Amino acid sequence: MIKFAKIALLVLLCATTAAGFLWLPPAAGPFRNQDLARIVVFHVPCAIVASVASAVASFFAIKYLWLRRSGDDVRSKVSFSLALLFWILTTATGAMFAKVQWGQFWSWDIKQTSILAMLMIDVAYFALRAVIDNPSKQAAAAAAYSIFAMITVPLLTYIFPNSTPNTLHPKQTKLDEQYSLILWTGAFGLTCVYFWMYQVHVAVEELSRRAAALRQTGKEPPPWFVTEVSPSS
Amino acid sequence: MPRRWTGGLIKKLNSPGSSDDALGDAQRQDTNDGFPDTVSSWCSCAVAVFANDIRSELRTRYAFGTVALFAITTIVMVSVALSTAAPKPDVSAAMLWVVLLFAALSGLARVFVREEEMGTANGLRLGAPPSAVFAGKLLFNLILVLAVEIISVPLFLGFLPVKIWNISLFTGVLIVGAAALASSSTFVAALIAQASSGKAALFTVVAFPVLMPLLFLCVQATNGALSQVASYQARGVSNLGMIGIYAVVMTTASFLLFEYVWND
Repeated sequence: MIKFAKIALLVLLCATTAAGFLWLPPAAGPFRNQDLARIVVFHVPCAIVASVASAVASFFAIKYLWLRRSGDDVRSKVSFSLALLFWILTTATGAMFAKVQWGQFWSWDIKQTSILAMLMIDVAYFALRAVIDNPSKQAAAAAAYSIFAMITVPLLTYIFPNSTPNTLHPKQTKLDEQYSLILWTGAFGLTCVYFWMYQVHVAVEELSRRAAALRQTGKEPPPWFVTEVSPSS
Repeated sequence: MPRRWTGGLIKKLNSPGSSDDALGDAQRQDTNDGFPDTVSSWCSCAVAVFANDIRSELRTRYAFGTVALFAITTIVMVSVALSTAAPKPDVSAAMLWVVLLFAALSGLARVFVREEEMGTANGLRLGAPPSAVFAGKLLFNLILVLAVEIISVPLFLGFLPVKIWNISLFTGVLIVGAAALASSSTFVAALIAQASSGKAALFTVVAFPVLMPLLFLCVQATNGALSQVASYQARGVSNLGMIGIYAVVMTTASFLLFEYVWND
């Protein structure tokens, strides 16, 4: 059953990619190149998945600070790494569009600014993890930092566009039916891919934790949803 | 007074994993982790932390020296680099805030890094409630940023061809911006202080995403104060309000989150 779902997902994503290039008609709109609009069906799903991944990561960061279970820290970390991947994809596809349509790869549009903020938060999150050696301090500091930094993003995303009228992104767009069909199918497929990758990464982390515990103590460790991070000092 | 505080010590030693039964009813009623739960004792703790920081700063003048010299050097450098150009107000505003931001980041982590390096952090954990520690450190950093602004801003105005058209907006941005800068970077300093020794230099990288909206707002507001155009000034005033919102939000968030990081 799961295997069938995975194959179906592959077919679905291939179909949306092919449809994005072949089936969709060139857009009628103020575009420099009428084929340029096709990128919306790749760019927007990436942004949606990245937002979902960031939301999941923040959720587990809060849950970690609340309950102090090492499993939540790992889930948060994995989800942040996937969010970083999808933010990079969003930025890359957006920059391609921006070069043709707006003339520059980067123009400090407000959405570009907030995406850059998300990217840098993710990078700083891993930098912070890298410099703290103590496992429990690392987990607590990283979780607290991610929550603290995420608070600044709504400030950028929701308050700025209303106070500055000159955003380059469309504010209210009505997509053609064909476009919105492909866009939402692609978003659904990519979200499934995200959860699949997330599951695999979390399972790998759990296995390596067990292997380390077995090597050290020779005993099977308790499942990590009951394990608290070892107290420091 | 120290005798009452040992409640915090005993509770801490007992608490990881052990049941609360060992503690008496009187101690269990003590919320706030065993510390006396009155406003006046909280205030005296915060003031004591602040006074201690001021005293050790006056002894060495390390943080202030670092930040002030950094600011002065950079302002002179900017002035030299722009000596043949006549920078427009927006360029000057951007320069001013980039200088202030990096100068502040060079010294603001000191309050927490010093405690960890000298091994006094655990004493502080036992001696005062977390929020009072944070309040004392925040107050110290705020004073530090304001002191640096008092030295570097006149220097900046002297070295660069800048004319202030709206002086109240300009001072407002400097004061509220200092509060916002101090509140968010003090919390990040508490996080980075837990890094292994010598790795705390990453403070700038970690603090930057948090400070990016603040930098944007401060530059816009200062640009308004340096401009003759009324609509720019009006936009600067609304940006000043946003800086205020940022400061309030970040201060609240850091007080809420600090306890989780500090007591770990």
